[in-house]
Amino acid sequence: MKSLLAKLTLAAAVIAAPMMSATVAYAEGERYVLVSHAPDSDSWWNTIKNGIALAGEQVGVEVEYRNPPTGDIADMARIIEQAVASGPNGIITTLADFDVLQGPISDAVDQGINVIIMNTGTPEQAREVGALMYVGQPEYDAGFAAGLRAKSEGVTNFLCVNHAIQQPTVGERCRGYADGLGVELGDSMMDSGTDPAEIKNRVLAYLSANPDVDGILTLGPVSANPTIQALEENGMAGDIHFGTFDLGDEIVQAIKDGTISWGIDQQPFLQAYLPVVVLANYDRYGVLPGNNINSGPGFVTADGLEKIEEFAGEYR
Amino acid sequence: MTEATQGSAPTPDAADERVKEISGFRKALIRPELGGIVGTVAVFTFFILFAFDSGMFAAQGVMNWSIVSAQFMIIAVGACLLMIAGEFDLSVGSMIGFAGMITAIMSVTMGMPMWVAILLTFAICLAIGALNGFIVIRTGLPSFIVTLAFLFILRGFTIYLPQTIENKTIIGGIREAAEGDWLAGLFGGNVGEWFFVWLGNNGLIQTFERGSRAGQPVVDGIPALIVWAIILVIFGHILLTRTRFGNWIFAAGGDAESARNSGVPVNRVKILMFMFTAFCATVFAMCQIFEFGSAGADRGLLKEFEAIIAVVIGGALLTGGYGSVLGAALGALIFGVVQQGLFFAGVESSLFRVFLGVILLGAVILNTYIRRMITGER
Repeated sequence: MKSLLAKLTLAAAVIAAPMMSATVAYAEGERYVLVSHAPDSDSWWNTIKNGIALAGEQVGVEVEYRNPPTGDIADMARIIEQAVASGPNGIITTLADFDVLQGPISDAVDQGINVIIMNTGTPEQAREVGALMYVGQPEYDAGFAAGLRAKSEGVTNFLCVNHAIQQPTVGERCRGYADGLGVELGDSMMDSGTDPAEIKNRVLAYLSANPDVDGILTLGPVSANPTIQALEENGMAGDIHFGTFDLGDEIVQAIKDGTISWGIDQQPFLQAYLPVVVLANYDRYGVLPGNNINSGPGFVTADGLEKIEEFAGEYR
Repeated sequence: MTEATQGSAPTPDAADERVKEISGFRKALIRPELGGIVGTVAVFTFFILFAFDSGMFAAQGVMNWSIVSAQFMIIAVGACLLMIAGEFDLSVGSMIGFAGMITAIMSVTMGMPMWVAILLTFAICLAIGALNGFIVIRTGLPSFIVTLAFLFILRGFTIYLPQTIENKTIIGGIREAAEGDWLAGLFGGNVGEWFFVWLGNNGLIQTFERGSRAGQPVVDGIPALIVWAIILVIFGHILLTRTRFGNWIFAAGGDAESARNSGVPVNRVKILMFMFTAFCATVFAMCQIFEFGSAGADRGLLKEFEAIIAVVIGGALLTGGYGSVLGAALGALIFGVVQQGLFFAGVESSLFRVFLGVILLGAVILNTYIRRMITGER
């Protein structure tokens, strides 16, 4: 049994060694931790990882990305506490549930750690927890802008495909959209789940059951990609008004094809990149922009897609 | 089965031929917790070597991994006893989300006094636990399937109810609603604040630098969550090893038929264990909503899995009849320390699973060896 133990220890050491060496490589300079609420399955956050990696490299600081594997916000609170305990120079975090996260975040601020809220939350909430600033796209406002635009383009009755029903901030987009259109949200918001086949079939079923729907809003690539397929399958591609949040290869292609009228880009790259640069300059020279930074909403249409196409899913 | 027969056997005389003499060393070696103890020592050694000056072993870091471990412990105690009784409960995670949500709906939305909401929640969740057990017993279906069904049923309600009633999936305002409530205080709140204030004043732990809490210690007490975990572990351990009911649990999971023949009320034991698992999940949920002040539809996702992992690392047998609550508690400790510690060690978070898998595999192999030594099976 002793030899077994020795073998296990050796195996653990062999596996652990590369992990250790990978992280001590650039321990010079400031250290920042970005905490998100996204589950591992959400590929949208790859752009965020690219953003902090590039910023870290350019500014010469160490940046780490942390998230709760299942997207459980209570677990996220623990991760913030953990990040605080490790004593970083600054924390960049989303504010996915104010009740849950305000405690850990204000504790961090009170211990002298600079905090920037990104992506999710509101400028007011960011001020309340004592963060330096908010960098992102106010969700309700973005949805409202999308609703106004869709109304001017003739939408009267819509379906909002929500793949993240458990995150209320994402659902705010549907509510904003309904208010922008000037219609009741009612049953228009669909809890689609995250499995592409399920999403596709639910959209197909909803559209055949509700023939008067003339507009679709999806809340990100997770729901947009299967919806594109659904519309191609039932022949409504290009026929029905289709707007989406966020960009990705397939969304960009669909905009080109005319299946999607526009994508709303909240520029995740900037949401990740800017806080790192702001924090580093604040720590080094004490300079700080005087206001929050709105990274979106920006409407992306078929005009000027080239650059976007090149970097979709990577830096856009 | 060694532990199971201890209590019911007559007190052995020195020369009783039915009792085999075992040396003290061997006795210590064949405890079911041995795997957990070895793992705990190994994991702590590892992190002391690689992450000692990262804040992991400062007051705040210790509190962080202790809380996470305590969370695992609370659900692992229930899962452990149920697993020893020969059944699974996959609805634990959904139960956590569900319990928190109905408390929030009853108190915040419907305006009931918090203690009434809490008691009703416990009653409902225990009833669901009993229903789980009842269906398993009556139909003879594997508990795996029955509780899998409840995993979906409960999660569905947890999303549906707040969405229909409040048009959102997170209900906040629980902290305000629980203000001054006698029962909520048992789940929220901290213990031993004075001690931590003393530590802070004497510079033994870090204090807040600015804000309204400047000068106060960064760790301001032991959360009720940890107290609950300790109480449940002690309760579970005593129940399992020092009472007749504990022997019934082993017997029900070991060989239900022969247990029935020797007069053990197997059905009652199993249903009670399902209820106890539901109780643990509800305790977890209550601690969570009073700490964070909101109930969300995504709470407790995959926690059933984490409970089972902790129990298995702790040396319990998936087929029932063998295991220990202390082992499960150590399994929870290992799980929590590894999950949080890898961050302090600066390991890329996606590699956490690799590491956890290695530990799980190592623990199971080690536990199998130990069990073979005990039972003599080859």
